[in-house]
Amino acid sequence: MKPARLQRILALMVTGVSTLTVGCGGTSSTSGGGNGGSGSTSNVQAITVNAGPAGGYVDGAFTSVMVCVPGSTASCQTVSGILVDTGSSGLRILSSALTISPPQQTASNGDPVVECLPFLDGFTWGPVQSVDLTIAGEHAKSLPIQVIGSSNFSTIPASCSSNGAPENDLASLGANGILGVGIFAQDCGTACTQSGASNPGLYYTCPAAGCQITTESVANQVQNPVSLFAKDNNGVIVELPSVSGSETSVSGSLIFGIGTQSNNGLGSAMVYTLDPATGNITTTYHGATYTNASFIDSGSNGIYFLDATTTGFPVCTNATFWYCPSSTQNLSATNQGANGATASVDFVVANATTLTSNATDAAVNGIAGPNSGMFDWGLPFFFGRNVYTAIEGQSTPGGAGPYWAY
Amino acid sequence: MKSRIICFLFAVLALPFPLLASLGGDVTSVEADRVKMQGTLRTTSADSYTMHEIQTSTGVAVKEYVSPTGKVFAVTWRGPFHPDLRQLLGAYFGQYAQAVQDQRAQRHGHGPLLIQQPGLVVQITGHMRSLWGKAYVPQLLPAGIHAEDLQ
Repeated sequence: MKPARLQRILALMVTGVSTLTVGCGGTSSTSGGGNGGSGSTSNVQAITVNAGPAGGYVDGAFTSVMVCVPGSTASCQTVSGILVDTGSSGLRILSSALTISPPQQTASNGDPVVECLPFLDGFTWGPVQSVDLTIAGEHAKSLPIQVIGSSNFSTIPASCSSNGAPENDLASLGANGILGVGIFAQDCGTACTQSGASNPGLYYTCPAAGCQITTESVANQVQNPVSLFAKDNNGVIVELPSVSGSETSVSGSLIFGIGTQSNNGLGSAMVYTLDPATGNITTTYHGATYTNASFIDSGSNGIYFLDATTTGFPVCTNATFWYCPSSTQNLSATNQGANGATASVDFVVANATTLTSNATDAAVNGIAGPNSGMFDWGLPFFFGRNVYTAIEGQSTPGGAGPYWAY
Repeated sequence: MKSRIICFLFAVLALPFPLLASLGGDVTSVEADRVKMQGTLRTTSADSYTMHEIQTSTGVAVKEYVSPTGKVFAVTWRGPFHPDLRQLLGAYFGQYAQAVQDQRAQRHGHGPLLIQQPGLVVQITGHMRSLWGKAYVPQLLPAGIHAEDLQ
């Protein structure tokens, strides 16, 4: 048999297999939008940088959300210990933290829809369910969320576990959930509406016989909850005070909307638009430019940049993911948006082992670590800054999202 | 019909083995990856390695670096999603997944991933829909090749 023919047959075989793993298009209806009702809307949600519900978390901002079974005012629950993450989109809550039973999203054939969401350091697996969310005075009705680690879907398909290690319980997640208020309106977008090999495999249907990757309409995907608010729905501001060294906790605000009320204008903040291909900005440090290799993410618990060789900072002996310089370093870099906006950023790198030596300190300035060739401006970047995250396609006084501003 | 079945069987038997080998595997595993990821393959040569770039149908650019001895010594990827890491890391996937879990206990939170073991280095960074990764086996790097230079 000629190699070319063999390749064709192999290609057919693979195509046949993947066709079996998709199908089951379409999903049940969910309705978006909804109206908060009353006139004035509080758009300020308290957030706290503390050790989190599992204890021991460093540089994570936590908040609480109220979730209800859609349409119910009785089957409601406030869940605390939810990590505020501007680096992802969508609300995810641990099954173990839920006392209400939200309705399960089902595909057109009635099979339950379950999601596998890859993060940098693992993945979450669990069913897509629907809640009415209230946070501050804002409401997202019939919001599709991911319920992480449900015992009803305990078998993780191999195509999901290939993302690494699960983060399906309190110990591995470090939070009761994740409030993803990032630049995207959904966690996947149009890619997950594709069938066949173009589908990235985030959504599954899971009948008793086992889970298979499925297509998922944009409207049924896990949504950035802000996008479903009746107003103040174009982005968020994270406001945290300056932190000097290590503190037990600090308090701040998550403000909904950009330029929609008197308390969320851009003011003097500069808008940095993103490279459309990567969703990144550009950072220059010590004369070297890292093009479209820089991002801002409240869900990262440090400023992660470059490597020990390039920075000259050794990694910590027992924590190679953090830097341990012998003395505190006051550094400067320059961020540049795709729109050309350019300004310098001052930041601090200190000895992470020393900073975290007191186990009760959870708000720590100076935590940094290696991140080869890239800049991840994590939570310490937010200390003493008001950081705006504008959602894709939404208009704001600073132009259309997506962008970051500060 | 019978001949098609035989043909089918022959095709299965003719697959290069080990099928699930990439990092640390030999150069034939690159083709297995391309088939699994349903991508297109482009090969370029440098002085001390050959780079095979697979563009997957989910928009991920996967690069596999093959040494003169024919071993895949490094893999990198960039795109909106992860490629199939079990496929790409091959025999190293189990070690990687275990290392991630071990690191969690001391990590105190989330952030980019950096696994640095004597026989395996894995870096994963980025944010939702913009994921970059690199994995390599230090002992397999050809002389004069620095892992920092592989993109």
